[in-house]
Amino acid sequence: MPALDKNSARSDLKEFIVKAFLFGNKNQTFADSDSFMDKGIVDSTGILELTSFIEKKYGIAIEDEEMVPDNLDSINNLVGFIARKLG
Amino acid sequence: MDFNKNSLKIDAAQVSNQLAGLILNQVGGVLKKTGAVVGISGGIDSSVVAALCTKALGPDKVLGVMMPEKESSDESEALARKLGKKFGFETIKENITEGLSGLGCYRERNEAIKQVFPEFNESWKCKIVIPTNILEKKTFNVFSLCIENDAGEKKTKRMPPSAYLQIVAASNFKQRLRMTTLYYHAEKRNWAVAGTGNKDEHEQGFFVKYGDGGADLKPIGHLFKIQVFQLAEYLGVPKEIINRTPTTDTYSAEVTQEEFFFGLDFYRMDMLWHALETNIPAAKAAKVLGLSVEQVETGYANIRRKILATEYLRMEPLMANK
Repeated sequence: MPALDKNSARSDLKEFIVKAFLFGNKNQTFADSDSFMDKGIVDSTGILELTSFIEKKYGIAIEDEEMVPDNLDSINNLVGFIARKLG
Repeated sequence: MDFNKNSLKIDAAQVSNQLAGLILNQVGGVLKKTGAVVGISGGIDSSVVAALCTKALGPDKVLGVMMPEKESSDESEALARKLGKKFGFETIKENITEGLSGLGCYRERNEAIKQVFPEFNESWKCKIVIPTNILEKKTFNVFSLCIENDAGEKKTKRMPPSAYLQIVAASNFKQRLRMTTLYYHAEKRNWAVAGTGNKDEHEQGFFVKYGDGGADLKPIGHLFKIQVFQLAEYLGVPKEIINRTPTTDTYSAEVTQEEFFFGLDFYRMDMLWHALETNIPAAKAAKVLGLSVEQVETGYANIRRKILATEYLRMEPLMANK
């Protein structure tokens, strides 16, 4: 499996989050380290949507025990998690 | 502020009297109604509200409405009847199965279940659950679908968002039809609908907007679940009701409120939440509750997330001029 292009993943994930949860409003900024839950960007239904997107986009299966904030709750955590899954 | 194992202990006699006075004033003085209708499920919350309404208004001014459907537990009706007998108010039964069928509740829900488990048969049972042990690790409040076939074999799987949303939306017909039924009986008597949600349900969003959340007054909406238990003991709610495991009466498979929503037993949930609300440092709460500091911080974060994620449920319709 090819290694993850982290910059490209960062950009793709941000684009998905802005489109899916922020009505495409790119002015509503958030840092790569910001917690989606604390910032109120993604709720628990949103996490399901995010998980589905990642599984399809990167061809990985996310196990229930991997559904934790350390893996999914910020752009940095997501990129790190996907890289580990693909690595 | 002091925080100890008895921090949520109430003077049940005093609180009952205060609430009875408040109900009398709200129903008659504020709402200008002459009685109260309560949906009774045989659970502790509705039993306490019915008992308080009876204390406030008298048994002749209280109606308990049982609203079972084909997936309800038989035990609910027997306990609800026992409650009515104990406090002397009238009870009636409205079976809502036909109404739910007409609305497509079962059909729409089962169709969504089959997206996740194509083998699902309509005679099987189902429920949705969240991961329990929320103190053990930082976790999202993500629901999974659990099905149980006729032989009792269970399967659980995380749901795609479309299936999850459809199952919840279809299941919510149950609470909304119950609300509609309660208002029918209230309006024809010029009475009010007394809601039965407690603080845990109201503030963490464990209710259906305009379903069980739809009521004219919510006498126990500010009380923690463990305080509702104290009131129940004082008011003389039958023991079988007090000792019954709280359930949602929403899914065909037996599901406790703990596994469905709260992910924690009520004592620890309520005490943690009280500690969080009163700014008790995690180290102090940990000591009192026999938990690690990390567990308390994880619990605090989980409660905060639930409150934040369910704000929409508590909002009034948004007006253009406000």
